[in-house]
Amino acid sequence: MERIFVQGNEAIGWGALMAGCEAFFGYPITPQNEVTEWFAREFPKRGRVFLQVPSEVSAINMLFGAGACGVRAMTSTSGPGWALMQETMSYLSAGEIPCVIALVQRGGLPGEANVRHGQSCYFSATRGGGHGGYRNIVLAPSSVQENHDFIQLAFYLADKHRTPVVLLTDAIIGQMAEILEVKTLDFPPLPPKDWAVGGKGRRKDKERRLILQGPGTMGVPPHTTWGKFAENYKKKLDEMKKEVRWEEYEVEDAEAIVVAYGYCARVSKAAVKRARKEGLKAGLIRPITLWPFPYEAIKRREGARFIVVEDCLGQMVEDVKMCVKDDVRFVGILDRHLPTVAGMIMPERVLREIREALG
Amino acid sequence: MRKVYGTPRLWIRHPGGGLQCPGCGHPLTEKIIAEVIDELGIEDKTVFITGVGCSSRSVLTINVDGVFTAHGRAPDVGTAIKRVLKDVIIITLQGDGDCIAIGTEALMNAAFRGEKITIIMANNLNYGTTGGQLAPTTLTGQKTTTTPEGRDPDVYGHPVHTAELLAGIEGVCYSARGSLSSPSNLRKAKEYVKKAVTKQMEGKGLSFVEILSPCPPDWRMSPVEAMKFIEEKVIKEFPLGEFKDT
Repeated sequence: MERIFVQGNEAIGWGALMAGCEAFFGYPITPQNEVTEWFAREFPKRGRVFLQVPSEVSAINMLFGAGACGVRAMTSTSGPGWALMQETMSYLSAGEIPCVIALVQRGGLPGEANVRHGQSCYFSATRGGGHGGYRNIVLAPSSVQENHDFIQLAFYLADKHRTPVVLLTDAIIGQMAEILEVKTLDFPPLPPKDWAVGGKGRRKDKERRLILQGPGTMGVPPHTTWGKFAENYKKKLDEMKKEVRWEEYEVEDAEAIVVAYGYCARVSKAAVKRARKEGLKAGLIRPITLWPFPYEAIKRREGARFIVVEDCLGQMVEDVKMCVKDDVRFVGILDRHLPTVAGMIMPERVLREIREALG
Repeated sequence: MRKVYGTPRLWIRHPGGGLQCPGCGHPLTEKIIAEVIDELGIEDKTVFITGVGCSSRSVLTINVDGVFTAHGRAPDVGTAIKRVLKDVIIITLQGDGDCIAIGTEALMNAAFRGEKITIIMANNLNYGTTGGQLAPTTLTGQKTTTTPEGRDPDVYGHPVHTAELLAGIEGVCYSARGSLSSPSNLRKAKEYVKKAVTKQMEGKGLSFVEILSPCPPDWRMSPVEAMKFIEEKVIKEFPLGEFKDT
């Protein structure tokens, strides 16, 4: 095990390397450039594939190709690039192609040219911007270490469920530096990828394999009818929903519970600690999977006062509102310490909200 | 006795019956590709990739590993598979709309990088699957459902000559245009495809073959009239031959 001092964006690269990622396809976009540059620096010399591509549309379609071969492959992007990838996100789901997309969020308002921090992509990451109502697992790290750990979890879950998985991180986690323990994490064994393409000669049965962006309409395996494809996809969603993960902090006796992910979870935890020192019964629920969302974890605490902290005008707050009957307080992009692109949601602001909620 | 004509060994009749309209060129192009794969002995290492359009379903009819991709993105998918697995042969079959309209970025950049893949573009002058709309390849004055008065160069410019365009790119090692419109042209088109795949096997760069292909229903013609139309009109706009051979 190696301990190094690195940026969160580079930790994504180290995590991918530890996970056995074989290929990276990327296009420059701020604030994720350190990710792409890390792969450009570290992958070719290890005999792995790095390719800078002409657009994010190209990147996601190359992921379709590499994933179809059964190798672990990923890309990385930010809001506008993520928007361009949506058509093929739908095809990756339909074609059941495992792969990982690191989404380093920026901005917090629609169309913002602001390349600094923000949490702008909760809706598009958890709901999907492509067609067909597909869902994919979304993981939300809130430290440099978690960028590294969760990218490995992402590859494991992608292979386990044959699905694209999104690592939804943000510019603050990506650009800040912390101590990172570089290590390969252990996961349960996975089934062989006997579905992957690459030439009939690669397999014992010598039978062809097909990967289709539109399965179920062509009368060939794995889903010979539309009905079988629909049924299988529903089953897949149900299986993926079991992967729900979250962290609880001081919630057992909490009268005010903050719900936050990413950098806002770090800020909120600091606020909860200070509230406890003041004798206020505050707690934190931090969703680790944003889809599937930990609805049950929140419903279980019904009766507490809920505060959602999110650096945008309000996206995840809608999921929390679905869990509880009472009003949900919201601390968002208009509550930054400065009304500028450099402004941040600070622990003081969250603490004030906790005090008011319990006042 | 020597067999001179027949169904290719690697061609699969789809259980749902015919996939294309009467007189469509795609089955002939599939036949060419299936025969070339067989003759070159690359059945076990070929991945055949189709885009979106009437060519999509060709992925079902050639008995090798296949991938059906997003519209226009077969060169991206082929690039990734080739880069990751290295010892594979990539052949894409795309329509003209898929290849040189929505897929231009993918096609051109694969060519710029000199990807060692083979791209077959079936040029039928229009969007066949959707009922015959204007494509970049539609002839000047040609009527389509979105140019009911005929293609006006002032509005849509002139037909794009993809094979010639690619011949000008350094990363392209081979570029040719063939036609399905007569037995001799069909034989030549097959030679082009075979040469293109051979160049890929030699690792020379991107190889490209455009194939003029009839679309009788959308051209509002009988199959025989469509073949005659290619011979008499289409070849005048899109000359046959090899434009680059290095």
